[in-house]
Amino acid sequence: MTSRGILGWGAYLPARRLDRSAIASVAGGGGGTGTRAVASYDEDATTMGVAAARLAMRGSTGAGAEASAGAAPTPWAPWTPRTLWFATTEPPYLDKTNATAVHAALRLDPAVAAYDAVGSVRSALGALRAACDSADPALAVAAGLRTGLAGGPDEASGGDAAAALLVGTGEHGPVLAELLAWASLSEEFLDRWRIPGDPASRRWEERFGEGRYTALGAEALDAALAQAGIAPAGVTTLVVAGSAGPRAAKAIAVKAGIPPGRLASQLEEQVGNPGAAQAALLLAAALEALSDGEETIVVLLNLSDGADAAVFRTTGALAGYRPARPVADQLNQGLPISYGTYLRWRGLLRAEPPRRPAPSRTSAPAARRALDFKFGLVGSVAPDGTVQLPPSPLDDGTRPMAETAGTIAAFTVDRLAYSPSPPVIFAVVDFDGGGRLPVELTDADEADIAVGQRVEMTFRRLFTADGIHNYFWKARPIRQGPAR
Amino acid sequence: MTSHGIRDLVAIAGMGCTRFAEHWDLGTDDLLLAATGEAFSSAGVTKHDVDAYWLGTAQSGMSGLTLSRPLRLDGKPVTRVENYCATGSEALRQAAYAVACGAYDMAMAVGVEKVKDSGYSGLNAFGVPGDGTQRTLTAAAMFSMVAPAYARRYGVADEDMRQVLARIAAKNHANGARNPRAQFRREMPVERLLAMPPVAGSLSVYDCAGVADGAAAAILVRAGDAHRYTDRPLLIKALSLVAGDGRGVADPAYDYTTFPEVAASAADAYAQAGITSPRQELAMAEVHDCFTPTELVLLEDLGLADRGTAWKQVLDGTFDLDGELPVNPDGGLKSFGHPVGASGLRMIFEAWLQLRGEAPPGRRIPADGRRSLALTQNLGGYPGEMVSFVSILGPP
Repeated sequence: MTSRGILGWGAYLPARRLDRSAIASVAGGGGGTGTRAVASYDEDATTMGVAAARLAMRGSTGAGAEASAGAAPTPWAPWTPRTLWFATTEPPYLDKTNATAVHAALRLDPAVAAYDAVGSVRSALGALRAACDSADPALAVAAGLRTGLAGGPDEASGGDAAAALLVGTGEHGPVLAELLAWASLSEEFLDRWRIPGDPASRRWEERFGEGRYTALGAEALDAALAQAGIAPAGVTTLVVAGSAGPRAAKAIAVKAGIPPGRLASQLEEQVGNPGAAQAALLLAAALEALSDGEETIVVLLNLSDGADAAVFRTTGALAGYRPARPVADQLNQGLPISYGTYLRWRGLLRAEPPRRPAPSRTSAPAARRALDFKFGLVGSVAPDGTVQLPPSPLDDGTRPMAETAGTIAAFTVDRLAYSPSPPVIFAVVDFDGGGRLPVELTDADEADIAVGQRVEMTFRRLFTADGIHNYFWKARPIRQGPAR
Repeated sequence: MTSHGIRDLVAIAGMGCTRFAEHWDLGTDDLLLAATGEAFSSAGVTKHDVDAYWLGTAQSGMSGLTLSRPLRLDGKPVTRVENYCATGSEALRQAAYAVACGAYDMAMAVGVEKVKDSGYSGLNAFGVPGDGTQRTLTAAAMFSMVAPAYARRYGVADEDMRQVLARIAAKNHANGARNPRAQFRREMPVERLLAMPPVAGSLSVYDCAGVADGAAAAILVRAGDAHRYTDRPLLIKALSLVAGDGRGVADPAYDYTTFPEVAASAADAYAQAGITSPRQELAMAEVHDCFTPTELVLLEDLGLADRGTAWKQVLDGTFDLDGELPVNPDGGLKSFGHPVGASGLRMIFEAWLQLRGEAPPGRRIPADGRRSLALTQNLGGYPGEMVSFVSILGPP
């Protein structure tokens, strides 16, 4: 049997970081030290999932080179996922599949199946396992927004992020981490729960859940290691995700006989726990920390409503893998956000709306007709070779622009226009290699914008009207990571 | 392109224009009755004498019924037209062509807009159901990008640029203060304008057109019939309209320092009217100063100033009421106000008053025997994608 495992990953941290020490003075308590990652007002689980999935497709196996050259994707390249899984506890839609928007933004072939696995944190592990179980390449995307009530523990310890894992066999691309075993235990008990529609989860007394998860985690870990034929001492990195915090993780490691110092960071100091996205995010961060080419054993243990333990053996190919945007870089690129703005963005502080009519809902047939442009940012190429955005029905050629960087040719700040978070910062963007799009900027502070600034495209939710989320692209300043 | 024009074939025989204001007590019907009533009396005719009507309104009503119902026009051809903020000019254009071709002896062009019933400040266009990818930026923000682009291209310091824009607003406020039909009737000194907080780019609300309700109307007849109605008719020398293909929005070569549609419509109008040197031949110009940087660029696109020099001439007072070439002597969109469908006809109304010597003495443009022509320029849309209208009017 061909070895099966991880072919690539993409991890996405939203730009904003809330300083936890800013919470208590407003909320009367809570908060703490460090920061948590905060999704922008124009981000949701779907848009963050798109961001992570794009990075996974770009980092992996030549997909990036192709896309940046502006060529149409080869629908059936060996590494192209045949199935897309999308997991989150914060689905922007119920009833309607959210994964199809991710599918459209990635410009995947209609024959690539797109499924949601939404509701619980654990659905992300189910989606990842289904991806690992299929014979074809599959992309498991998970996104989490963790919002607690003001001053509560979830608000401070939660985070927003997304991560995507591309899995497949050696036939699809170099396997970076081979899956050796997966053990799963399921148990019905109440640790964390939420009635649909509620703004925040509720938790039972934490010591109850911690006790259950310590026991379940140790048992699943034992079972997975036995199945893989790996001794506890042979574990290089233990990644613990899910409902249990660092204390439970440590107890499990001790109980299972994992030597000290092998526990991966839960990124709680900078990011917080992003729910459904945590397992894949921490696994990606752990793999990035190991990419020196040595064969290592990485165990992913997720604790939610039971336990899932997956044992991976990294391969020599890992050393040659360049993630499109390493987690470590993104950890260092956070932009501050005030607690008031955070509350406003999450709808926990009702602010006076702009005195302009709210935009009307997007037309479903019009959106479907414009699918390639609206979701995939595909322009047309006129007979004279110029790129047209939006595409013109007179042109035959097409040009995908989502992975093309651009430069700000002109910009303005609109304090009058409707926006869920005024003011609107708007720029005329000239793309490398041709094409111009006047477009909204995001993840930007107006004082920092200048003509000549480099920008990249990002998929966002512009607004919601009549329960219809209006997804389209914005530009955001390119932030250079520290030299690697 | 062939553009023959209708030079000297059609005359304006009467006009009316309401005050532009926040008319909380007047509806669309009232405004239409007021403007058309004044136009009928001005020409000494009744609604029965007018053979056909063109009503321009951007979004205060649909179809000819918006006019035929309040006026109780029975069995007349009434057409509603819309062409963004150039709607009023478009109504005039249609009516003028109908008379010029001999289809009717007398036609009326009416423009109206009731914008202050919306509950919002500023202008808000109806949404057409769409795919959600359209810009939702305000016009103020779109035009605000013109100012830094112009300053960069011509090396104008930021401080000078602010001074230039404030000077344009101050001029139009000064003119509007002398106009009883204008929305804003207070002078605004440059220093006060400079102190206003920005709302879009570097523009303050005082860089933006006034938002007002209003209506204006013109009665058109064949030039040869004009003297039956007035001793001082105004002849249409040129009418030009250009709708751009919108490529400026997507073209990296477009630099926001010019409006090519305006330059094209001006060239066409000058050719129709036989004007070779507009700066020397025009007695006045009414231009679409929806925002102060718009007026600055229009001066150059209309050939009233050489490229890169309009800002200096604005500071020198060339376009002031007592300057070499008065621009917007009625206060312009800035202080007369901008009821979208009426503005194009309001510009014509100012030409009607000034060229016939009927403007109040306080804002009468200097009489100059060599200069007898007026230009009106009316646009709709945004930098890079607009419709532009230019007319030339003059005595027989």
